[in-house]
Amino acid sequence: MLRYVAHRILLAIPIAFGVSVVCFSLVYLAPGDPLQTILPSDATQDMVTQIKHAYGLDRPLPVQYLLWLAHVVTGDFGMSISTRRPVILEVTGALYNTLILTSFAVPLAFVTGYTMGALAGCFPGRAVDRIVTGAAVVGVSLPNYWLGIVLVIIFAVELMALPATGMGPQGSAQFDILRWSNAQYLILPVITLSMIPVGIIARTTRAAVAEVLNQDFVTTLRAKGLSELAVIRHVLKNSAPQVLAVMGLQFGYLMGGSILIETVFTWPGSGFMLSKAIINRDIPVLQGTILFLSMIFVATNLVVDLLQSLIDPRIRRS
Amino acid sequence: MSQTATLPAATFEDDAPPAQRVRGYWGTVGYRLRHDPVTLCFGAIVLLIVLMAIFAPLLAPFDPYKESVILRLKPFGYRGHPLGTDELGRDLMSRLIFGARSSLLMGLVPVCIATALGGTLGVIGGFAGRRVNAAIMRTMDVFYAFPSVLLAVAISGAMGGGMANGMAALALVFIPAMCRVAETATAQVRSLDFIEAARATGAGTLTIVRYHVLGNVLGPVFIYASSLVSVSILLASGLSFLGLGVKPPTPDWGLMLSTLRQSIYIAPLSCALPGAAIFVTSICFNLVSDGIRSAMDVRL
Repeated sequence: MLRYVAHRILLAIPIAFGVSVVCFSLVYLAPGDPLQTILPSDATQDMVTQIKHAYGLDRPLPVQYLLWLAHVVTGDFGMSISTRRPVILEVTGALYNTLILTSFAVPLAFVTGYTMGALAGCFPGRAVDRIVTGAAVVGVSLPNYWLGIVLVIIFAVELMALPATGMGPQGSAQFDILRWSNAQYLILPVITLSMIPVGIIARTTRAAVAEVLNQDFVTTLRAKGLSELAVIRHVLKNSAPQVLAVMGLQFGYLMGGSILIETVFTWPGSGFMLSKAIINRDIPVLQGTILFLSMIFVATNLVVDLLQSLIDPRIRRS
Repeated sequence: MSQTATLPAATFEDDAPPAQRVRGYWGTVGYRLRHDPVTLCFGAIVLLIVLMAIFAPLLAPFDPYKESVILRLKPFGYRGHPLGTDELGRDLMSRLIFGARSSLLMGLVPVCIATALGGTLGVIGGFAGRRVNAAIMRTMDVFYAFPSVLLAVAISGAMGGGMANGMAALALVFIPAMCRVAETATAQVRSLDFIEAARATGAGTLTIVRYHVLGNVLGPVFIYASSLVSVSILLASGLSFLGLGVKPPTPDWGLMLSTLRQSIYIAPLSCALPGAAIFVTSICFNLVSDGIRSAMDVRL
């Protein structure tokens, strides 16, 4: 097991390295000079060379990358152009707000999606299977930001039962999950956020369970007189690695991919910060946030792989 | 020749029922699709949406760009505007009809690019030697390490938005996954006996790839590509919603959703319409893709 863990971690290092290269090159994808955003429009040639030297932009690209990497590893992601605060503080603050959303959306999505999928998989072709399959297709095809808007129209505009946007009357600084006046701001974004993962997890679980159910060992279990409940327990355990892989991916998506939902609900998380950074052309924040979020994604994948091998020893051996 | 061929047929025709005709692979796929009402029904809707996009100028009751200060955010049916007007007084129905163009374009073009590039890379990676495979697949792994929405937003955000940049970003998001599908399919075929037989008869690599590999790889690649269309439509309208895709005043469902959202308290119903259009299109493509997948499944 230990060897497998070491092997997997070693595999993740080049990927993390590649991710950092992609994030670094984002600056050079931007049209025009990366300096354009900082320099006044009437800057003289002298000033440009001076600032280029100050930022190290006159050195060759690989050197620039290594310098940048050295800063990043020590937690220095540069300064935000629009707020003049260190990017790392901005990112961690926003990430904390996203984490509040995710910590409610993940259990909701995983439990609902898994239950739906397992039920459908155990009764393939029956009514419950058809309903779940239909609901899962809807969940997967739904533009979730539109669902958010529709929920706002129903519950905030028409019924006036829940707040439409934001993170509470006092903003994010004093968000207190235990107070209803704050917690009610969570309801709509959490439901919206969990919709796509529910669809995807239900689909995968259904397929995995139905596939395992068709295998020969299930017949053997039944033949030796095991109760149906015990058979299902075996089936669920055997379908777990596949389901876990998808759940891990969805967890990663929820951590980083909620930019649309956070924009719809103006939830001050990492996604909302990203969309603000794009509007303000705040490249350091854009770069820092994406690097941070993709590293979380890489780490999640690593953890999922290790968990999978913990459940299923066959993966370890191959 | 005709005599010997027709003679037995003529004698069998009357008494014995004709032997069951054996369908080829595509015959079977076609037969399955023709007998799948769900796929047929949603396929018809997809066709309607495509026709609507093509013939938008003929179908739209008004000019989708014509603004009017006094006609802003009018309700359904107001002065001949069947679905009312938007925040700049433009006819909403005309804009919805024209919006199908950019949405379909941004749904299909990135998938086509990704299929061509990712598929080619995958076949090369699957068929070429170990080093080439490692070089291609490890590069793809890096792009795999980004959540797809994030990667699309990051690339088009850094490049500065616009329809072409959005399409390029989406294509880049799909290429790694497409490459993996093609690589897996190629690697599976590669070790089979008939490839070795072809090589033994003196066929060159290009000939083998063209006649023996592609036929086995195109199926899975096509199935995967068809499932990506709805994802691409969703992501593209998401980009437009964030201001990174189609630029105003071009009618686009994602963009309309984001501008009409500002008037959510005044005209909630018109605000929900563009999203409904995205939803219907995406679910139709999804179900058609599911139908194609099960029709093309050789195991059934």
